[in-house]
Amino acid sequence: MEIEVRYFATFRKNNINKETMIFIDEATVGDVLKQAGIEEKEVAILLVNGIKVNQIKKLSHGDIVSLFPPVGGG
Amino acid sequence: MFGYNGKVLRINLKTRQIATEALNMEDAEKFIGGRGLGTKMMMDEVDPQVDPLSPENKLLIVTGPMTGNPVATGGRYMVVTKSPLSGTIASSNSGGKWGAELKFAGFDVIIFEDKADSPVYLSIEDDKVELLPADDLWGTTVSNVTKKMQERHAKGCKVMTIGPAGENLSLIAAIMNDEDRAAGRSGVGAVMGSKNLKAIVVKGSGKPPVFDKDIINEMNKVQLAKIKANGVTGQGLPTYGTAVLVNILNELGSLPTNNFQLSQFAAADDIGGEKLAENYLIKNTACYRCPIACGRYVRIGDQEGGGPEYETLWAFGSDCGINDLDAIIKANHWCNEMGLDTISAGSTIAAAIELKEKGYIKEDELDGLKLEFGNGTDIIEWTKRMGYRQGLGNKMAEGSYRLAESYGVPEFSMTVKKLELPAYDPRGVQGQGLQYATTNRGGCHVRGYLISPEVLGMPEQLDRFATEGKETWTKIFQDLTAVIDSLGVCLFTSFALGAPDYADMYNAISGTHHTAESILQVGERIWNIEKMFNLKAGILPDQDTLPERLLHEPIAEGPSKGWVHKLDEMLPKYYEVRGWSAEGMPTEEKLKELGL
Ligand code: SF4
Repeated sequence: MEIEVRYFATFRKNNINKETMIFIDEATVGDVLKQAGIEEKEVAILLVNGIKVNQIKKLSHGDIVSLFPPVGGG
Repeated sequence: MFGYNGKVLRINLKTRQIATEALNMEDAEKFIGGRGLGTKMMMDEVDPQVDPLSPENKLLIVTGPMTGNPVATGGRYMVVTKSPLSGTIASSNSGGKWGAELKFAGFDVIIFEDKADSPVYLSIEDDKVELLPADDLWGTTVSNVTKKMQERHAKGCKVMTIGPAGENLSLIAAIMNDEDRAAGRSGVGAVMGSKNLKAIVVKGSGKPPVFDKDIINEMNKVQLAKIKANGVTGQGLPTYGTAVLVNILNELGSLPTNNFQLSQFAAADDIGGEKLAENYLIKNTACYRCPIACGRYVRIGDQEGGGPEYETLWAFGSDCGINDLDAIIKANHWCNEMGLDTISAGSTIAAAIELKEKGYIKEDELDGLKLEFGNGTDIIEWTKRMGYRQGLGNKMAEGSYRLAESYGVPEFSMTVKKLELPAYDPRGVQGQGLQYATTNRGGCHVRGYLISPEVLGMPEQLDRFATEGKETWTKIFQDLTAVIDSLGVCLFTSFALGAPDYADMYNAISGTHHTAESILQVGERIWNIEKMFNLKAGILPDQDTLPERLLHEPIAEGPSKGWVHKLDEMLPKYYEVRGWSAEGMPTEEKLKELGL
């Protein structure tokens, strides 16, 4: 299955804003983080399709994962 | 009590009489300073039914006990008056260095009464206070006035001024200080303009007395460590400023787009904090004694200056469907030069675009300019026209409510109590919506920033769609914010600090004996006196509401799809936790309990 991963703020490395990750079997948000090389404690806002989740959340084909470090304040 | 100078400067602009009075310390104890004390003074001195642009309204500049003192962000002041935009009490907060300088000059408060016969400005150099002619400054922009004042007056003087928008009595005019810091909201710039007062230049050489330096040092060590350790105040705001919120709210499907017709903007990333940092940012900047430094200093072409905040990127950006960051940065610059509130200005353009698209505004009103969602070509020109009241800009200068009302369709104005809503679609953040509906000055996010728990997860994560318990969160946030605004520190410290810290701060500087509980009660007192001012001004609880669109039109797409705001469910519970009647009026008992 294909998952779109969106990176924001300091998670944007080498100008990569988003990428598609392909998983053969089931995958969780934790697997996405592992593949992205980001530790869960670095993530302040973790969204799947715009809804806040934690890393045990199971993913489905086509899901969008958005990752933000601690930012905000308006 | 320490931390205050104990002095009020009273200026009658008509008679040109300048008097110094003692600050009423009993009131200072009950209302702290800034927003609280200013509202108490307005209650005592001004009939709430006054026409806000008449000489009978007063313009108060009120510092807090922390302003100019050695605490984190201790440099803020409040402009308190009756708002010509909303008819409510107005208290607009600003940072920069101006407020601290007023304290160094030996004053806590300035009260302006009546109206000058011709344009004047006030010069303060410690106890030398003069009203001087401002004919040569009238009609000119904020940077021009600032430069002239700095050439003419003492080295290091700080300048507060209105731009052409305030002079032309635009109801969305701001008061600017230190060039790009704004007491932005509620049209306070128009009140200053109505008094023929162009600027206040101040230079001081003193320091307010403080309670105990050792206790202050200890308190600062603890609080600065908390600010540094907090992800938002320690890293997020310094690196990206507030602008980084564009993408967050967009990903949540709560970024108002095309005048709140949509809640996601396909091109959000083009106007986000990341793009701003990548392509325009030169450095971050800080207000007086601020360890956070969220300010943006940007370059565009050969022009440098203060950059847009999140709210501005939204108002001129997604709310107008515009992804042209160059144009937004320039529009922000022109708001600063004209002295316009960027939220109200951008949001009024957005409303105008919808009115044009729906056929209410006719082509021949546009003087050939474009007014279309997604077209950034003329937003700079519209901004100037609002400031100068030219063409359709004359109607837009009155804000979106009066603009839409003039075409018979006020429902296209996204306002609460005629003040333009900020950049969070409340259908996707229910607590923030309750906050908007109940805020004493109208559609405002900085009277209780529920986004903190509902989106950022601080101090704990709340379900943003839930209504349960939000009334209590709203009340506590509103009361605490009233304290922060009255102390004279920045609301952004509250990501890292809580009520016990603000009590510690006040105790260390002023020698008070507050606890978290007692200081929150002061906040509640301030909230209630503001409410009482509004009620006396005729702003009744029927105005504790949201635009029809947000109550009845479900969000069409994205992660917040299907949601409307459930104000009906929440409002009665809110009145109950406030200890008010079911009709939303403070009860006799409540007022007595608060010593009002
Ligand atoms: S956090 Fe930002 S707005 Fe607040 S005092 Fe610091 S620089 Fe000014």
